[in-house]
Amino acid sequence: MTWGQFLLVAVLALPALGAVAAALVPGERAGRLVGTVAAGLTLLAALPLVGGEHGWFGYGPRPAVQPWHQLDLPWAPDLNLRFHLGVDGISWPLVVLTALLTLLCCGYTLWRVPTGGGSGRALVALLLVVEVGILGTFLALDLVLFFLFFEVVLLPMYAVIAGWGGDDRRRAARKFALYTLFGSVLLLVGVYVVVAAAGTADLVSLTGGAGLSRGTQLAAFTLLALAFAVKSPLWPLHSWLPDAHTQAPTVGSVILAGVLLKMGTYGLIRVAVGVAPEGARWAAPVLGVLAVAAILVGGLVCLAQDELKRLIAYSSVGHMGFVLLGVATLTATGLQAALIGNIAHGVITGLLFFLAGAVKDRTHTGALAELSGLRETAPRLAGLLGFAAVASLGLPGLAGFWGEAFAVVAAVRRGGGLWTTLAVLAALGGALAAAYLLRLLRRVTHGRPGPAVAGVAPGLAGAELTAWAPLVLLALAVGLVPALVLSYASGPVGALVEVVTR
Amino acid sequence: MSLVQSVDHVALLPAYLAGGTAVLVLLADLLVARAAVTVAVAAAGSAATALGAALVGAGDERRSFCVGADCSWVFGGRAALVAALLALLTLGVLAISGPLLRAGRTPPGEYCFLLACALTGGVVLGAAGDLITLIVALETLTLPLYVLVGLRRGSLAGAEAAVTFFVVSVVATTLTLLGAALLYAVTGVLHLDRLGATLAGRADLLDLPLTTVAVALVVAGLAFKVAAVPFHAWAPATYDGAPLPVAAYLSTASKLGGVVALLAVVQRALPATVTGPVLALLAVLTMTVGNLVALRQRRTVRLLAWSSVAQAGYIIAPLGALALAGGRTADARAGAYAAAVAYAVFFVLLELAAFAAVVALRPADGDGGTLDDLRGAARRHPFVGAAFALALIGLAGLPPGLAGLFAKVTVVRALLAGHAGWLALVVAVNAVLGLAYYLRLAATLYAAPDGPVPVRPARLVVLALGVATVLAVVVGFAPQLVLDVAIR
Repeated sequence: MTWGQFLLVAVLALPALGAVAAALVPGERAGRLVGTVAAGLTLLAALPLVGGEHGWFGYGPRPAVQPWHQLDLPWAPDLNLRFHLGVDGISWPLVVLTALLTLLCCGYTLWRVPTGGGSGRALVALLLVVEVGILGTFLALDLVLFFLFFEVVLLPMYAVIAGWGGDDRRRAARKFALYTLFGSVLLLVGVYVVVAAAGTADLVSLTGGAGLSRGTQLAAFTLLALAFAVKSPLWPLHSWLPDAHTQAPTVGSVILAGVLLKMGTYGLIRVAVGVAPEGARWAAPVLGVLAVAAILVGGLVCLAQDELKRLIAYSSVGHMGFVLLGVATLTATGLQAALIGNIAHGVITGLLFFLAGAVKDRTHTGALAELSGLRETAPRLAGLLGFAAVASLGLPGLAGFWGEAFAVVAAVRRGGGLWTTLAVLAALGGALAAAYLLRLLRRVTHGRPGPAVAGVAPGLAGAELTAWAPLVLLALAVGLVPALVLSYASGPVGALVEVVTR
Repeated sequence: MSLVQSVDHVALLPAYLAGGTAVLVLLADLLVARAAVTVAVAAAGSAATALGAALVGAGDERRSFCVGADCSWVFGGRAALVAALLALLTLGVLAISGPLLRAGRTPPGEYCFLLACALTGGVVLGAAGDLITLIVALETLTLPLYVLVGLRRGSLAGAEAAVTFFVVSVVATTLTLLGAALLYAVTGVLHLDRLGATLAGRADLLDLPLTTVAVALVVAGLAFKVAAVPFHAWAPATYDGAPLPVAAYLSTASKLGGVVALLAVVQRALPATVTGPVLALLAVLTMTVGNLVALRQRRTVRLLAWSSVAQAGYIIAPLGALALAGGRTADARAGAYAAAVAYAVFFVLLELAAFAAVVALRPADGDGGTLDDLRGAARRHPFVGAAFALALIGLAGLPPGLAGLFAKVTVVRALLAGHAGWLALVVAVNAVLGLAYYLRLAATLYAAPDGPVPVRPARLVVLALGVATVLAVVVGFAPQLVLDVAIR
């Protein structure tokens, strides 16, 4: 076993073992601590995955997926299931983001356990199981394995929402579980449509169509895209998201918005577009129209929201719309925009949910009508909220800018009446984002402190700063040096576009 | 031709062991008259039967009672799997019967004897090579259950359930017998393989309305036994009125028997062009109706009963691929049969675990109660509750219940390999419906507890639950184990 394979296994085994240990270790605080250590080790194992052969040279036909490291073991041959893991420039940034956000959430739980009845170490254990599922989804290079990990996330996340969420958590959790299961059963059928036709579930050899007939590709792409559209979520399949995000505890919202949604967009790029390129070309206009509809609908709904977490949740619908628009263009620029948009949204919305949670913890309300004048009583919190909101609306120099700007650019470059119109409408949607985020800032930070805000202490806890600082820095870093993400992704994206447009 | 048949006693060994267990139990009850000894004899006999079946099945296929090339007793891989599985299920049911027998309203001697008789029927069923042996074996499996359902003294619900079960089941057997008789009238043969060859070879027979009626009657009669919609209405009432371990036996062993019988006639005897559409329709109805009605159940055992109706639909579903020409190629057919068997194996394991957990969490001699009676059970008994939740999630087909997930995957894969994408989509959507109620039950287990004082689970029941859970986890991580035995 090489060093890279060892790391791949460690990235999945550490959180899994950590979850077991956190649940079994005697003592509530010890359990949380063990879980947090496991999450930290996972991040340490995920970072060096970047080392190794990135070779994008050579002659002759080459596979569209060239993992830096891979591990390929048989599991259940009668189900075409192999334990095939690998990491490349498309998945590595997401893997690191997942490991980082989980670590921050576990650390945050060390400091504060959300009320609601459940014990803190159970929450940490569940977060780690969710992490296993998400990381596995990003690392899987076998379609069936991808599906397995895609499913792993569902019930632990349900338990996080149902066990530690807000007042209406049961309904929200059920809705989340049933909606996303609907998505993943379609994924199951789509996966085996491909496997039955191609006779293999290996993503490396399947990427590029692998000689699948046009009919199979259309059927497979429809099923897969629907499955990922539920998870991403793409309008009009998004209605589970606002409830789940609003009711989930802070750490749950962060993981949900930060990385769980990315399973959908990642799957769309790696699996749906990669395996059924002809289907992708066929469905691209529909996908583009729906994505722009999501941007506009998300923006308009946000303008009318008067609950802090709900507004941020709906803003995710709009931001993921930009990501999906990037994917729908099927160009290198668009896919790059989608990837960096994924990362930026994960960082910024994760931060926004942390801040919204902090505001709600202090004021015990999320209603915009009751929040005002946070700047007067808690200037640091208000300042961070301002920073996150400005990053989210896509100010150049911060992480949110690149994904949204280049999704629009990609749509314009794609040319033709439809795509130009879509680009214009998406740009308008970007302006809507500015409008609702500035409205949010005006309502929350400006004005006179209301009764709910008046008693808020000005300081921030050390644990809060520790959890937020990496996200603030990342939002700045990715904004200033987008090459952090893009340089790794350009090779694989180029190869993917090559096989897709072949 | 010699008039004296040579009988292969090695092939018959599992049946001898099962039958011998019944006799020994009767003797032990008569001579020793101590409940513990009786149960121990039955358990040892079941274990011996499982072992015998595994040993005989490990070798080549053995045949006996042959007329020319047609044999009435074919003990191959499938028969060994069925016999061993039924013996282990009997063992599991015996283990969870402790509280029921200790409560004193159920005579242990009769109870164990009847279970052993049912086991004998099951062992013969797997190896049956002709229609008459098949039907007699299935009846031997079911007959003791009529009595077992109503064995509890002074239980009106039990008596009602027994009568319902008896009436419906006898009607079903009559239908199957009538179908078998008509098939004999059309073809003049009874051996399954010969019947299949005759019907396949002579297209003119297939055009006869009588053939279609005969096939429909056989399939419908067997559909009663697996409680497939629209022949399902007996199941919830019977399960709910029966003592919990007997309900567990009904929904695992008895259902497995029905599936094996259905599979035997569909695979070997009946023309796929006729059975395929019927089975596809049955599967769709069974899954959908079972799941929809289960959504509304408030009583634990009724919920499990309706869910097991739905599960029967998933078991039959791969056979529905036979409806289309694309599903009738040799490869697709083999895949479909293997998928049905594999699903059944995964299912009985999870279902037994679920029932064992209900027995563990309910008072001795009690019924399943309502969902509210289980509120907070997992907080009082973390391990039993976790095992119960795992079994339910497995039945719903989601991780961490990997066994159930692979079961669904197997079915969907077989359907798509058989070009029955529409049926795969129906299965998929039904999985979502299923999660809704399994999740409600699982969430109830973890809700804040209130109400009655917790009961202490019996040790043997917890042991059975633990073994079933460990097995479910093992086959969850190594599904190939089940797939390998299912394809034989």
